[in-house]
Formats: sequence, structure tokens, C-alpha cells
Amino acid sequence: MQESDIKISEEISTKEIRSKRKPGDIFFENLTLLFALLLIGLVLFIAIEIYGDSAESIEHFGFSFIFSSDWNPVTEKFGALAFIYGTIVSSILALLISLPVSIGVAVFLSEIVHKSVRTPVSFLVEILAAIPSIIYGFWGIYVLAPFMASTVQPALSSLFGFLPLFQGPIFGTGMLTASLILAIMITPIISSITRDVLKAIPVSQREAAYALGATRWEAIKMALLNARSGILGGAVLGLGRAIGETMAVTMVIGNKAQIKASLFEPAYSMASVIANEFAEASGSLHISSLIEIGLLLFGVTFIVNTFARILIYSVTRKT
Amino acid sequence: MENDTIITDTIDDSEDIHDSGKHDTADTKTALRTINLSVKFFDKLAIKNINIRVKKNNVAAIIGPSGCGKSTFLRSINLMHDLTPGAKVYGDIYVHNEHITDNNVVDLRKKVGMVFQKPNPFPTMSIYDNVAAGLKLNGIRNKSLFDETVEKNLTYTGLWDEVKDRLKSPAISLSGGQQQRLCIARTIAVKPEIILMDEPTSALDPVSTSKIEELIINFKKHYTIIIVTHNMQQAGRISDYTAFFYLGKLVEYSRTRRLFTNPREKLTEEYVTGKFG
Repeated sequence: MQESDIKISEEISTKEIRSKRKPGDIFFENLTLLFALLLIGLVLFIAIEIYGDSAESIEHFGFSFIFSSDWNPVTEKFGALAFIYGTIVSSILALLISLPVSIGVAVFLSEIVHKSVRTPVSFLVEILAAIPSIIYGFWGIYVLAPFMASTVQPALSSLFGFLPLFQGPIFGTGMLTASLILAIMITPIISSITRDVLKAIPVSQREAAYALGATRWEAIKMALLNARSGILGGAVLGLGRAIGETMAVTMVIGNKAQIKASLFEPAYSMASVIANEFAEASGSLHISSLIEIGLLLFGVTFIVNTFARILIYSVTRKT
Repeated sequence: MENDTIITDTIDDSEDIHDSGKHDTADTKTALRTINLSVKFFDKLAIKNINIRVKKNNVAAIIGPSGCGKSTFLRSINLMHDLTPGAKVYGDIYVHNEHITDNNVVDLRKKVGMVFQKPNPFPTMSIYDNVAAGLKLNGIRNKSLFDETVEKNLTYTGLWDEVKDRLKSPAISLSGGQQQRLCIARTIAVKPEIILMDEPTSALDPVSTSKIEELIINFKKHYTIIIVTHNMQQAGRISDYTAFFYLGKLVEYSRTRRLFTNPREKLTEEYVTGKFG
């Protein structure tokens, strides 16, 4: 009974407060609401527009568009599976490469290095995020790909050649090189978020660990455990960036619509095929198919983000 | 540095804790002893030549106005200043006749536990895991030992009946007072010899405060406790000896009863009677 009394009196008091608000407050509240709605409206508008423009291809191919990896503008046969595969595999591989490196960089910057070194190194890491992707692409073609072809891929194939992942012809460009470029591009994002999350852990938490007799490494492990939801959040942001990245990937992935087990083989990504073919697409079905790939990219991004959010939620909720 | 050793005396001479300024290795009654302990933060001297001796199974309270160096002194005992940039510690510390150096800091902190001003349970861990955290750090992986330790220490801190049905829920779901008792359980789970407490009740309500004071009095059987408090009544209620710090110096260190009723120093008298502070 008492509880409900309190609730009622709370309701009354919020109502009273609401009725006494000044016009300026009401105006400001509605203004922010308008901005928020504008953003949601924009997303919906883009989705509807892309859907409308891809109607021809959706009608023509139906679901086979997603499950077919045939892509032939001459015979007007279009299927997006190879691109979906290329985007998802290159992005996830990039995340797998980048995550440990990013966490290492973040731990180094927030826990280990002296202040006088921390600031310049942090600055350099953040500069990496500001380099235009076309520059990464150039670097990928002229530096990374030859290096991969001459050193990394031969080494991998001689060490792990029994795995299908590391078999096949060595071109330098291909899925692995694209993933590496992507990994380099998303490392500054993930590491700076991880560093901020680690730095936000209160001193009292660190002291609690040290006071129990934790070594430095154990205290850092506890801090990482503490920061895991933030680190995963950073990983999601990085993954989102990797999925949508166009230019650098286009330049090194090899641009061949195929699904191969080997990471040395050239592949193709959704964003790359749109960038490469849109300007020269001839028939309306070709254009419509490219737009449908855009729609699917939209969907893949959405699904990956949702999945990642659920993952974060389930990890953090357990405690 | 000038050496102003504080002469400490007691009401009964048989329990004399007079400080001779020299370390006596055969002494088995002393839990903690500091000789000319000073701490500098960058160029600023925070505490200066502190000589103190705390007997085993006693509660020693440290009082004094804000900024007098109480916490600085406390945190130098388990070498917490290692974590503070710019902090330097001078002088000697002996814990149970063992000279403290930076080399065995991890072992030291297992022997000298610490409870902080604000309850700081590990937020991503459950109640159970918080109590077991220290054991895990010691490399123990024995589930039944965990269960036993958790139950024993939560019972000891009076939390068991309150939380036994939700040991797996997050530690931060507890109230502030419960969190602080959880932190105490976590501290004693690693079986320390000395417990340092840095204003452990200043963030808590009166009921939780009295529960923790009760714990401290019971703890005397097993541990030596050094507690910093800004609450003189608290010092009077729970401690055997009280040290009065002022401007980074130890002004007086006497039996609690004496310090509050018949202090040797005029400054102490003025502080405990509320003339300044």
C-alpha cells in the first residue's frame, strides 16, 4: 500500500512540474525531438528509395539473387552471394586480426607507457584513422600486395599449406590482403575506444585489485574484464567501418566474383562491385541489381550490428 | 631531515610501546612498525618522519584534520604509493619484523589487506566471485575451497543470511553498506595479518556504520587493524591506540582513552575538544 502511495504522489508531482514548464523548455524539447525524428526519417527514406530502385531486380530474380553467385552483365544473370561472402569474410577476418592488436595498443597506452610517450603515440594512432582510404588503397597495391606476394604468402603456404585456407596461386592481392588493409584501418577506431574505456575505469577499481595482491598483469586482466562491454562496442564500430569500406578494398581484393576457400584467391565485396560497375552499367536490370546489392549491404550492416548488440548484451548481462 | 621521534607512552607501563628508534628483531608482539617514514609527492613532503608501532591484535586509529597525511601514511604501509606518479617513500617499515621492500610487494599486499573509503567491489563480478577473487589471484582453483571460503567470510561479515540466495548476482546490486561488508569479506578471504582501513564508514549510513564497527572490534582476535577515521567518536569506540596527525607529522600516539581524556600535547587537546579541525 505504501509503495503505491509513493507512486501516486510521484506521478502528481511530475505532472505539476510538467504543467509549470516554461515555453522555452517546451520549444527546446520539441526541437530536439524533431532532430531525432529527422534522423530516423532519413534512414527510412533511404531504405525505401533503395528498395524502390531495386524492384526490377527483386522481381526478376527473387531470392535466388541472394543464393546465386553468378554475376554476368553480358548474359544479364545476377546473383550477389559472392559479394556478400567477400564482404562478410573480409570484415570478420579484419576484426579477428585487428582486435588483439587494438587491445594490445590500448593496454600499452593506458596502462604501461609513461605519460610523455603516451600523448604522441596516441596522436599517431588517431592519425591512422584520418588517412583517406584511397591512400590506404595505394599503399596496399604498391607496398602491401608485393610484400604479401614475396614474403607473407609463401611463408604461410609453406607453414600452413595443408590447410585449404592457405593454398592456391599467390597474387599478392586477394581476400587476405584486403582483410589486412581493413584491419589496419579499423585498429585506430577499436584501440582508441578501448583505451578510453580502460582509462574510464575508476582508480578505486585498480587499487582494489592491487590491494588484494594482484600483479600488474593480473590487474590489467581485471581491468579488461571490467571494460569488456566497451571493448566489444568498439569492435562493433570497427566491424561496421570494415563492412562499408569501399575504396581500399576495391584496390586490393582482386575484384573477382567467386567463393573460394583459399584466402590467397581474389574475391569481391559488395561495396566494391557497386563502385566498379555503377558508372558503366548498361541495362536497367544491371543497375537495378547493383542497387539491390546496396540494399543487401544495408541489410547486412543492420544484421551484423544487431547481432553484435545482442552479443554485448548477453556478455554484460551475465554478471 | 630532522628527526623528531615521538615518545609514546601508555597508562600501564607493562604494555609499554615506547619507541626506542631502533628495530628490535626479537620483538614478537609488534605487528607494524615504521621508522622515520616520510612520503613525498613530487617535491611536496606529505608526511614527515613518522615513527609508530602497532601491537598485534590491536586496533590503532589515526585521526587528524583533512590533508594531515592520515591516508598517505596508511597507503604507504602496503606500498600503494607505487601506483601514484611522483610519490616517493623514505624510511623503514617492518611488518611482523620483516623489512618491507619493493621486491615482495605482491606478497606484502596479501599479508596487509586494505579496505577503502568508497566500497569498491569488482563491478563485473558476482558476490561469490568477489569474495573468491583474492584466492583466484593466489592461483587456487579448488571449487569446494571457494565455496567454503565464501560462506565462511560472508558469515563472518554478517552478509551470508542477506545474500545466500543470490550469490551469483552482481556485487553492485547490493546496498552501499552491504558492498562495504563484501569488500571486507573479500579482504579477509586471503587471510591477511594486518587490515588497513581508510575511512571505511564515511560513505555509509549509521546502521551500516555500527555493523562495521562491530566487525572491527570482533576482528581484533585474528587481525591487527589500522583505521583512518575522521570521526573521533568512532576512534573512541573501537580503537585501543590513537594517533593524532597534524600537518604531516605525528603529534601524539597514545592509548585511545588517554588521548581523548588526558592528552599529552596541547595541540591534541585542542583538536579533540573541537577548538580547530
